Amino acid sequence: MTEAVTIAPETQAEIDRWLKKYPTDRKQSAVLQALMFVQRDNGGWLSEAHLNAIADYLELPRIAVYEVATFYDMYDLKPVGKNKIDVCTNISCKLCGCDKIVSHLEKRLGIKIGETTSDGRYTLKGVECLAACVGAPMMQINDLEYHEKLTPEKVDAILDRLEKEGDK
Amino acid sequence: MFTIEINGKSVEANDGQMVIDAADAAGIYIPRFCYHKKLSVAANCRMCLVEVEKMGKPVPACATPAVSGMKVFTQSQKALDAQKAVMEFLLINHPLDCPICDQGGECELQDLALCYGEDVGRYTEGKRAVADEDIGPLVATEMTRCIHCTRCVRFGTEIAGFRELGMTGRGEKSRIGTYVKHFMQSEVSGNIIDLCPVGALTSKPYRFTARAWEMSQHRSIAPHDCLGSNIYVHTRGYEYSDFREVMRVIPRENESINETWLSDRDRFSYEGLHKDHRLTGPMIRKEGKWLQVDWPTALNFAANKLRDIINSKKPDQLAAIASPSSTLEELYLLQKIVRDLGSNNIDHRLHQSDFSQQENAPLFPGMSTELASIDSMDAILLVGSDIRREQPLAGLRVRKACLNGATIMRIGSIDHDVNFKLSENVHTTPSTLVESLQAVVDSLTSDANKSSIAKHLKNSEKSLIILGDEAQSHSQATLVRALCLEIAKLSNAKIAIMTLGANSAGAWIAGAVPHRKAAGENSSAVGLNAQTMFSQPRAAYILLNVEPEHDLIHSSTAIAALMAADFVMSLSPYMSPVHADLADVLLPIAPFTETDGTFVNVEGKWQSFNAVSPPYGEVRPGWKVLRVFGNLLELNGYDYICASEVRNELEKLLQHSNVPTDRTSLEKNTSNKPKGFEILYEWPAVCVDNVSRRANALQSILMPLQRTVSISSETAKDLGIQSEQLITLKQSDREITVPARIDARIPNTCVLVPKGVSLTSGFGDGFAEITVQRGESHA
Ligand code: SF4
Ligand code: FES
Ligand code: FES
Repeated sequence: MTEAVTIAPETQAEIDRWLKKYPTDRKQSAVLQALMFVQRDNGGWLSEAHLNAIADYLELPRIAVYEVATFYDMYDLKPVGKNKIDVCTNISCKLCGCDKIVSHLEKRLGIKIGETTSDGRYTLKGVECLAACVGAPMMQINDLEYHEKLTPEKVDAILDRLEKEGDK
Repeated sequence: MFTIEINGKSVEANDGQMVIDAADAAGIYIPRFCYHKKLSVAANCRMCLVEVEKMGKPVPACATPAVSGMKVFTQSQKALDAQKAVMEFLLINHPLDCPICDQGGECELQDLALCYGEDVGRYTEGKRAVADEDIGPLVATEMTRCIHCTRCVRFGTEIAGFRELGMTGRGEKSRIGTYVKHFMQSEVSGNIIDLCPVGALTSKPYRFTARAWEMSQHRSIAPHDCLGSNIYVHTRGYEYSDFREVMRVIPRENESINETWLSDRDRFSYEGLHKDHRLTGPMIRKEGKWLQVDWPTALNFAANKLRDIINSKKPDQLAAIASPSSTLEELYLLQKIVRDLGSNNIDHRLHQSDFSQQENAPLFPGMSTELASIDSMDAILLVGSDIRREQPLAGLRVRKACLNGATIMRIGSIDHDVNFKLSENVHTTPSTLVESLQAVVDSLTSDANKSSIAKHLKNSEKSLIILGDEAQSHSQATLVRALCLEIAKLSNAKIAIMTLGANSAGAWIAGAVPHRKAAGENSSAVGLNAQTMFSQPRAAYILLNVEPEHDLIHSSTAIAALMAADFVMSLSPYMSPVHADLADVLLPIAPFTETDGTFVNVEGKWQSFNAVSPPYGEVRPGWKVLRVFGNLLELNGYDYICASEVRNELEKLLQHSNVPTDRTSLEKNTSNKPKGFEILYEWPAVCVDNVSRRANALQSILMPLQRTVSISSETAKDLGIQSEQLITLKQSDREITVPARIDARIPNTCVLVPKGVSLTSGFGDGFAEITVQRGESHA
């Protein structure tokens, strides 16, 4: 059985701010943001208990939250490494050579897509279109930064930087 | 109304109607998977693509509104190409397991693949497989077969009001499931079996037992609640063979009653008809031993015994009690025999304790409106009703009304969970129920509008008051009813008395009440009712489809009287251990699938049905048994050849009947609050009659709460016990020690006794004083 978790008061306030943007009987509209906030608070991933907590907070059937959380690539339902690398493997990126980027990343990190390095530093994910097709091939770091028109060299530079930040 | 053209044929269409609806109405078939007329439009399967003139691409007929003058082609090359392409995609991930799939032979995908599929697949990659989830004892899943039409999901959200299933994941990884394993808790969950166009969701009790093409389909009427849902019974075996067996039950569409749905109870109860549970032939008890005998022996034995008792004692030493789910014909003949023998002691009101003013009742208790009108009510007041479980499909209509904007309110002692929004919820105890209703009456009569329930009823154009089982079995049921009638009169509301069983209305009409003969004719002498026939024990009893240990609110008194009686004959498809103890003759009569008969529903609709299979073994239809019995008793007028003659005779009598409408009047409230505990009874939905109690899959969905006696948390504290600890209940010299459970639905100082379950078998004496003690009895 999963243990119940609670949503931190500050996070609740953040969710409430989003709730205000929608009609009061449309709390479901805030589910994407709520999931984002709670995932951030929890070190980048969501457990079943978190999903339940969000469902209860938004007064939604639990399945409604599971549906959203499992649909979008940006939610992780298993623990992730400190840095999360989402490489787009959808059509535009595929046509522009994302395979090369993926294999470069895999080689350099020593893991396959969907895995986390044993030191817990990196998680590598293949994701669907992130709406940056003009800059294909592309990847996203930690749900925040987009990096476009990737080459193996560019990837190395980004990873070097992450490496350095990690040492700090 | 305008016309459109489909395949060159001009077809009528309405504003806002989708092309597929117009085509259906005109009898033009467009292939579909996700579309269902009772569900919202999802347009996700694309099977219904058709060509429309002046539209570039093929469009989905289920999501394209008809427009005047539109020209649609459902069979043009362009349409066919599109449909075939969709089919090819659908089959990519669909397993080729039709030979071992329960849906085979009645699968929408299989049928359409025959028309639109290719014989060879071009897809050589691996197919996906999806792990199954156990979603309970009623519905089996094989999710690899799912084509993601989301009909099941939409049914849950839109109709049942229970979001149990959902679609998780995305693209190739999407799957239907409950995500976290948990049992479906809806009372209508079986409908997703019919909705699922493929073999992903199938019936667990039925699966692997038959193929669609081996079975015959018969029209019938569901026998468990007062709606009279229309059903098809599917049987296998030759028409006149003993081996013809009921394999399953599915809904038969009737917009005015069950729409396209069926409750789980009506769908799965057929398991209780299985021969393992049944009596195979008549039995008599000789010197304490049960003997299998032939019909003439059994009937003569019974007739002689009865005659002896009546001759040596008085005719009024005979009493008969019948289940309200017996057929109209059985009830009519039973009361005829009882009356012809000179007794008026007959009743069918198994849950009732207050029989006052019965002479003021209308011809039968029921609805002053139609079932379908529930959908469009503006306000509904539920009084002592657990409509979701008592009449599940009426519950769906209340929910529909609620979604249409109606205000739903409730007054009652058990805080049942509902799948609609309750705007007012007055949680009473049995004794304060009357006060709460009185308060509504008072605020309707005075200007001061104190009660918001009164306000809502008064301000609504169309409103309805629904009386459930608690209201009818209440210790002051007559007062409750009079108050409801008063509220209805003052607020111009309609009334619906949702009676017990499939045929309470029929029982009244047939004269299975002690004060009125058939067709409502007053009886010069008033006989004993369902309570007094036991509290003033008789020498001889006839039971028709009644199991006294479960079906009666006065079980303990009844069993004592039956045990002490000189002679008890039971007509029932089954023998229960209690029957074995107290009966002298057991006459196996046919359940509803093996007899012709009629049920009158709560609206007063007469619905007749025919036997779908010959009676099992030596079993005989109840009406035939009673007819022969009447002859053996040398009574006149028992020469019916078929069940419809019985019905016709009653119909003829009805032509001269003129029972006025409900005249139940308000009498002063004389009750004083009982000291100590108040008792509440609840018959779990799957324990309402002898058939449902034997349906295995249904029994396995009984909730823990229905297997224990319920008390409130405060009561538990007062008694000093925790959940699941033992308490001892004592009422009228009967005592049982049972586990108690803390149940938030129960008001303080009340104890809720589930009936129809083995735990409380034989317990219960109406509202006689009850004591509750911690632990086992010390006596
Ligand atoms: S399980 Fe059946 S009804 Fe539900 S989405 Fe899949 S195919 Fe449709
Ligand atoms: S396909 Fe990669 S960003 Fe759109
Ligand atoms: S039936 Fe129209 S898209 Fe499924």
